[in-house]
This record gives sequence, structure tokens and C-alpha cells, in this order.
Amino acid sequence: MNFLRNSLAITYKDLRSEIRGKDTINASLSFSLVILLLFSFAFDPDSDEVREISGGLLWLVFAFASSLILSRSFARELINDCLDALISSPISPAELFFGKAIANFVLLLVVELVCLPVFGIFYNVQWARQFPVLLLVVMLGTWGMTVIGTLFSAMTVNLRLREIMLPTLVYPFIIPVLLGAVQLSKVLIGGEPVGADNQVWFRLLVAFDVVFTLLAVAFADTVLVG
Amino acid sequence: MASATGVAIEGVWKFFGDYPALRDISFTVDRGACLALLGRNGAGKTTLLRILAGLSNPARGRVTLLGKEARAVETRRRIGVLGHGIGIYDELSAFENLRLFARLYGLENPPKIAQDWLERTGLDRVQDGLVREFSRGMRQRLAVARAFLHNPALLLLDEPFTALDDRAIRVLQQLLEEARSRDCTIIMSTHQLREALELASDVALINRGRLAFRGERSAEMLQDPAWLYRNYGEA
Repeated sequence: MNFLRNSLAITYKDLRSEIRGKDTINASLSFSLVILLLFSFAFDPDSDEVREISGGLLWLVFAFASSLILSRSFARELINDCLDALISSPISPAELFFGKAIANFVLLLVVELVCLPVFGIFYNVQWARQFPVLLLVVMLGTWGMTVIGTLFSAMTVNLRLREIMLPTLVYPFIIPVLLGAVQLSKVLIGGEPVGADNQVWFRLLVAFDVVFTLLAVAFADTVLVG
Repeated sequence: MASATGVAIEGVWKFFGDYPALRDISFTVDRGACLALLGRNGAGKTTLLRILAGLSNPARGRVTLLGKEARAVETRRRIGVLGHGIGIYDELSAFENLRLFARLYGLENPPKIAQDWLERTGLDRVQDGLVREFSRGMRQRLAVARAFLHNPALLLLDEPFTALDDRAIRVLQQLLEEARSRDCTIIMSTHQLREALELASDVALINRGRLAFRGERSAEMLQDPAWLYRNYGEA
């Protein structure tokens, strides 16, 4: 119970700061919308080719958007040495990590939910037809990216080139998440239900999220204190 | 029965790359004592305080605070840390900052505790103002409130008087006197020798990562604060 309470205190603090400053979400959202717009010039919205690559396009945008949000996650704690104040407090590194991961997840999900209708308009796809299942896939994929990204955000927080290092380290690790999310999104955006042959991607997403959440929580102390 | 030792440092080494920032540091501080940790810039004071605060692990050696490991949750619940940074969020209000830390320290009724400390530090009039709009002195008083709000049994203060305005110095001096009166153990690194020695019961001098002197504060130190450096510091 304490774990959740302390984690949510960190989540609340991060979201409150972001609502006041809006620097991260504005940058991430505008960047995502510009990419969606630019890609729409490159493809004919009525072609079958767009249907085939729609899932990939969408998750490419989400992955780029995530790197902007995640790189600021622990970097914002460096101002006024707030990270030291948190680490010397009784909150455990796992609670700190988990709270920050939830805040990043919420921020990224907001960006994604704004991008989805825009994606539907630009690429002429029926994204809303299977929306509840698509939302589940988006949430599972986003949590997978967030949990890995938050861990690497903590690891790279003291690096001078963290904005470059973070995506370089994160993207190879989230390939399984992207594979699963892209495959499922492609089917759902096409307005079709997820068939039995695609269930394996669901299982992959769930397993990835569970395993990497547990690993990240277990290694949070080593990452933050050394 | 509680041990009389507040802080025990045994054979602590810390390396930055190949450079030994701390070399085999060992000493103890009794509960209720106030230790002035002295040394020139780069001597290793901040490195030692960071290890005590659980912000960094020693390469070798062991640190025990209030009878427990430095990183134990029970230990961190009982220590207050005031470092070079103020540890306060610019995008939150003064009240939100203190309420957050009161929650993290598991205190009962965090809003009331935050309110009480805002009044004690004279920040109650601006409690809903964002910290980014505060003057330097107001930010420092808020940082002091953050470090003291859980009534710690051990205070680790790194250059606490540096860059404080006169009002913040008064607040800090008053809180330190109160802390001493309730047997709080204090370790304070500083360059302000006279102020530190007036408050301290004990003194430790670090010279290039080594412990050069450890003992009680003597009358001759008070009369001549540079005496320690002349006799035990580097030439």
C-alpha cells in the first residue's frame, strides 16, 4: 500500500509540474503531429500500401514521441539537485521509478490519443472501428516503451549527451514491443478483429510488460545509487 | 538499548576513476554531538557527506548511521540532508513542495505539517506561489524547511550557511539550536570556521581525502579558528 502511495505521490508531482510547464508535452505533441503530416505527403491515403504500413507508421511516431518525454523524465530532477533530495528520502528507488514510469505513461498516452484521430484523417483509416481493442494494444505497447525508457532515462541522467544516448539505448530493447504493437495495430486499424493467429502478439506484449516492469523495479536501486 | 554512537565510519574509500577521493576514513560521532567537518576545497567533505546521506556507495568500507545501514529505509526516515542544491521543485508551490516531502517521509497529516513549516520559516504568505518566482532567500528558507520538517535525529549539512541571506541564517541557526537541544546528531561541512566552531562539539579535518584530525573542539580552536589548519592542514 505504501509502495503505491509513494509512487503516486511522485506521479502527481511529475504531472503537476508538467501541467504547469507544458514544455515536454508541447514538444512531443507538436513533433508527432509534424511527422504524421510529413508522412502523409509521402503516401497516397487511398492506396493498399498505406494499410500495410499503417501500424508501423503509427508506432514510429509514438516511439519518437516517447524519446522526447522520457529524456526529460529524470533530467528534470537535476534542477536544484531534486534527485538527491528524493534519493536521501525514505522513498525506495523502486517507488521512485514506478511513480515516474506512470507519469511518463500518462503523458505519452495523451500524445497518442491526440495523434490517433489525426492519423485517421491524414491516412483515411478506420481506426475507431476496433477502438477498445486498439486502445488496449496502445496501452500495452506504451507501457512497454515507458518502462524501458524510464529505466534508461535514470541510467543516462548524468550523461552530457543523454538526449542522443537515450534513444540509442532504448530502441533496440523495445523492438519486441514494437513488433507486437505494429502487427496488432495494422489489423485493428484496418477495422478487423484480432484473429487467433495474432494472439501470440498479445501474449508477447503482456509478457514483455510484466517481465521488464519486474526487472526495472528490481534494478532501480542499482541504477539510481550505484 | 540504543547505541551511543550516532555515526560510525569504518575504513571508507571512494574513487573517481583511479583517483582516491577518500582514503581509509574512519571515525565515529556520538549521538547528540555536532561535528564540524572541515577541509579545503576538494578535500573530500562533500564526497563523505554524500556517502553518509546514501547518495553514493563507498568503494570500500562501511557506514552506520543511528545503528543501521546508511541506505536502510528506517535510517533515511530519520536523517535530514541539506546539500549544495536546494532540493525543491520550481514548478510546484511552496506548500506543494513541503506536502510532497512530508508524504514521502510518511508523516501524519502532511498538509498541516507543510503549513506549520511555512509559518515557521515565514513563507506562509507566499505558500501558493510557485518556487520559480521566489527570491533566492525564500528558496533557501524553503530548502531548510524541507530538510527539517520530519524532525530528523541526524542532520547532514553541506555548506549550510553558504549563500544564505541574513533571515535564512537566523532561521537555520534557530533550528540547529533546537535540534541540538533534542539530542540530534549533526555533521556539518563548512568553510565558515568561526560559525561552525561556535556550534560544534567535535571537529574533523580532511586533507586530500585523508582524515588529518579528529577530536573535540578545544578553546584554542575558538580563539584562533585557523589553528587547526596551521597544525594539521597541508602547508
